[in-house]
Amino acid sequence: MSATEAFTLKGRMATLSVLEIIDPGQLFDQLDQRLGQVPGFFDGMPLVVMPGPGVDFSQEAFAALIDGLRERGLLPVAGSGVPAAVAAAAGLGVMRNPAGHERAEKPSPANNGAATGQPPAGGRDNPRGPARRVDQPVRSGQQIYARGGDLVVTAPVSAGAEVMADGHVHIYGALRGRALAGVQGDRDARIFCQSLEAELVAVAGQYRLSEQLPGRLRGKPAMMGLQQDELQVEAL
Amino acid sequence: MARIVVVTSGKGGVGKTTTSAALAAGLAKAGYKTVVVDFDVGLRNLDLIMGCERRVVYDFVNVINGEANLNQALIRDKRVEGLEILPASQTRDKDALTFEGVQSVLEGLAENHDYIICDSPAGIERGAHLAMYFADDAIVVTNPEVSSVRDSDRVLGLLASKTRRAEQGDAPVAEHLVVTRYAPSRVGKGEMLSVEDICEILSIELLGVVPESNAVLNASNAGVPVILEDGTDAGQAYDDLVARYLGEARPQRFLNEKKGLLGRIFKG
Ligand SMILES: Nc1ncnc2c1ncn2[C@@H]1O[C@H](COP(=O)(O)OP(=O)(O)OP(=O)(O)O)[C@@H](O)[C@H]1O
Ligand SMILES: [Mg+2]
Repeated sequence: MSATEAFTLKGRMATLSVLEIIDPGQLFDQLDQRLGQVPGFFDGMPLVVMPGPGVDFSQEAFAALIDGLRERGLLPVAGSGVPAAVAAAAGLGVMRNPAGHERAEKPSPANNGAATGQPPAGGRDNPRGPARRVDQPVRSGQQIYARGGDLVVTAPVSAGAEVMADGHVHIYGALRGRALAGVQGDRDARIFCQSLEAELVAVAGQYRLSEQLPGRLRGKPAMMGLQQDELQVEAL
Repeated sequence: MARIVVVTSGKGGVGKTTTSAALAAGLAKAGYKTVVVDFDVGLRNLDLIMGCERRVVYDFVNVINGEANLNQALIRDKRVEGLEILPASQTRDKDALTFEGVQSVLEGLAENHDYIICDSPAGIERGAHLAMYFADDAIVVTNPEVSSVRDSDRVLGLLASKTRRAEQGDAPVAEHLVVTRYAPSRVGKGEMLSVEDICEILSIELLGVVPESNAVLNASNAGVPVILEDGTDAGQAYDDLVARYLGEARPQRFLNEKKGLLGRIFKG
C-alpha cells in the first residue's frame, strides 16, 4: 500500500451543455448552417447528448450521430436518456438527469436551431466562476473564451478576432470582431463595448451580423442582450 | 548582447525587404555592427536590393546544414562599415530552415553583432514563424490598405503568443509600426487608410511613415539600400525612422504631400 494517494475523486462537475436532439433528420443541416455563420463556435465544447421527447435512436443511428458531432468539432462525452449499451457502442458514458428534474423546455427550432445550448445542469442556481481579464488587444485570428464566467477585455478586439464567455462580455475598447456572450445558453448574458464596429454579436445563440446592427450606433458605446428571445442593441 | 529585430508583415510585397535593407544600413551607419538575414528561402531578393547578388557563394541553408561556416557565408557590404548580409538560398524550399538551425545561426551571429535584422518572408507559415520566433523587437510593415492592416494585426497576435519571449513569459516583443507606400493625396480621396486610422486599428506605436516613391525602385534597381540615397524622400523617411528606433525624437515629415515638380509647375 502506498502512503500517498495517486488520485482522488473530486466531487461532481456539472457545467456541461446538453444537446437535445429534437429532429434528427435536420440536425446536421442546421448545425452546419450555424457553423457556417460562426465557425469554431462549438469547437471542443463538451456535450451531453440527449434524445428529445419521442425521439429514439438505434445503436447504429446513435453512433453515427456521435461521429457526425465529433467531425464538426463537438466533444460528446456522455449520452442521457439512452440505454447504456447504445451509449457505450458510441464510446460514451451515460448521465442520468443531466438537466436536473426539469426536462429542457422545447426551444422553437425556427428560432434557435437544433443545437441551442441549454443552461448547464442547475446552471441558474450555480454561482458564476471568476471573470477572465485580458489587457492586450485581441488580434485577428485569436480566440478567447472565458469558460464559466465573464470576460473583461481592456483593449480593442480586432476584426477577425473572436471573444466568448459563458457570462457577459465587457470590452473597454472597440469591438471590431465577434463577441459571443452566454455561449452555454445563459439568456441573461450581455455584451458591452465602447465602440460598436462588430462583425457579429451573439447572446445565447441569437446572433446579428454587422449589417443587422443599427447604423446609428456604429462607433458608439453599446450594450447587447436578449429581450423576449430577440437580440437587442442599445446605446450605453 | 545583440538585439534581434524581425521585419514582418503577413501580407506580401508591402516593403519588408526594402525596410530590412534600409534599417540594417542605417544602424551600421550609426556605428552598430549589423547583419541582415534573408529568411525568404526560395525567393531570395535581399541580396539584389543590397547589390551583392554576384558575391553570394554560401547561404543561410548551407550554414544550417554545416556545409559552410558563418564567416564563409557572410557578405561584407562595400559601402557601409560594419554591415553584413547573410543571403537566403534560392534553390531550397522553406523546410530547409529548422528550428535548431536558425537558433544556432542566430547565436553565432549574436557573438559579434549589435543588431541582427531578420527579413521575414510573407505569410504566417513556417518561414515567417522562424523569422519572428527569436525576436526582441518587431518592425511591422503595413501598407495603407485594409487587407495589409488586417494581416499585420494577425502577425501582431502571433508576436504576442508564438515567440520565444511569449512562450517563456519574458517581456513581450517590442512592436513598432512602419507604414510604407503612403500617398497622402490618395488618403485624401478616400482610396487609402490614413496613418491615424491604421494606428487606431492596430494600437501600437508608430515608428515611421515612408512615402510612395520612385526612389525605392530606382535604388533597388541600382542595388543600393534607399536610405543611402539621402537626397530622396524615401531615403530621408528611413533615416528618420532609424533615428527614432535608436531613441531620437524626430517629427513625422511625410504625412502630407510635398508638391512634386509637375505639381509646382501646373498648380503654381
Ligand atoms: N515606399 C515605396 N514606394 C514605392 N515602391 C515601394 C516602396 N516600398 C516598396 N516598394 C516596392 O514594392 C515592391 C515590394 O517591396 P519589397 O520587396 O521590399 O516587399 P516585401 O514585403 O519584402 O515583399 P515579399 O513579401 O515578396 O518579400 C518592390 O517592387 C519595391 O520596389
Ligand atoms: Mg521580401
